[in-house]
Amino acid sequence: MYAQMIKSTGQGVKSDEQMTEQERAFQARIDAGEKIEPKDWMPDGYRNNLIRQIGQHAHSEIVGQLPEANWITRAPTLERKANLIAKVQDEAGHGLYLYCAAETLGISRDELVDMLHSGAMKYSSIFNYPTLTWADMGAVGWLVDGAAIMNQVPLQRTSYGPYARAMVRICKEESFHQRQGFHIMMAMCNGNQAQKRMAQDALNRFWFPALMMFGPSDKDSVHSAQSMAWKIKMNTNDELRQKFVDETVPQAHYLGLTIPDEQLVLNEDTGNHDFTEPDWSEFHSILKGDGPCNVERLEVRAKAWEEGAWVRDGMMAHAEKRASRKAAAG
Amino acid sequence: MSHRHVGSLHAPDGEMAIKNARDVYTRRNEGVSIWVVESNQVLASSPTDKGPLFEPSNSKVYRHPTFYDIPDDVGAM
Ligand SMILES: [Fe+2]
Ligand SMILES: [Fe+2]
Repeated sequence: MYAQMIKSTGQGVKSDEQMTEQERAFQARIDAGEKIEPKDWMPDGYRNNLIRQIGQHAHSEIVGQLPEANWITRAPTLERKANLIAKVQDEAGHGLYLYCAAETLGISRDELVDMLHSGAMKYSSIFNYPTLTWADMGAVGWLVDGAAIMNQVPLQRTSYGPYARAMVRICKEESFHQRQGFHIMMAMCNGNQAQKRMAQDALNRFWFPALMMFGPSDKDSVHSAQSMAWKIKMNTNDELRQKFVDETVPQAHYLGLTIPDEQLVLNEDTGNHDFTEPDWSEFHSILKGDGPCNVERLEVRAKAWEEGAWVRDGMMAHAEKRASRKAAAG
Repeated sequence: MSHRHVGSLHAPDGEMAIKNARDVYTRRNEGVSIWVVESNQVLASSPTDKGPLFEPSNSKVYRHPTFYDIPDDVGAM
């Protein structure tokens, strides 16, 4: 998902006897559906796990602006351009909500940004694929934001208050993203043959990367077990992936597009679709930094950060000068 | 007009904080005015203190008008 393969304590979930009294009380609050707030006591593992997860989520929102920003200047109409700008601007907002939520755990935004730039923290694998044609704006909104929604909706109920509240805001804004993407796909699929081919090609390229967004199967993962006990993670990766496939297949049919998976079939017994797993070796190599756009994405982010430094410094200097003038006058 | 907390942000000063808040928190017309305050100026109670802070008002039902039974004959009151 936007946060993939988040490491927890790695020790597995502690039994009641292994927990200290404080940990037991903490777990009881979570089990009772209470929200944990920044000033509350929390285990270090919970705090660190959340910093990794919220940080990775925030980075994904920010880096996720790049593949779409690529097409803003070349949107086919002024209206599409305005739609896309609004969408990309929302993603910047999502990044900010999430950095703020992470900051309540005692890490600064500057530290998080440094870790993104140094490669110490990751962002979602999906943003390391290029956006080659305008149809990719449709596919990204439809599939990538669609997959994000699938993951973010249950996270509105996550146990950490600031994270849950950020998710509520994000989810409210997210459905416009998916719909504007689907709208682009509809326009292209109702267009001429060449446009339809572009739409199909975009689906072909983004289908498996979208499935990878949920991360590899984690049904046996000790990290996920702990995250789920803490209600930092609400569903397994496989559950969400299945839900995504089941919801997306009819949408593709509506568009008259073919999902690029010959094994895809509705399983009459389960009511779910059977489908081909994505190539997990590709996923792992992207996480290692070897995807088609990893280097470019980080370069662009680092460059924006460095080249914006004089603006940030200037604003601070201006604010300080004004404050000291005011103090002198007062 | 009641203001409610919508979120935090970074800014060099109050003026910029208002501009940033407008961009970050009111993209869909969610506000008619913005208050900003430096977070280090905010003193907050802890959610775990909610018992001692708010429990006492729970037991004082006589602070609500419905506590007092007034016959209907009296008319609107
Ligand atoms: Fe987003
Ligand atoms: Fe989005």
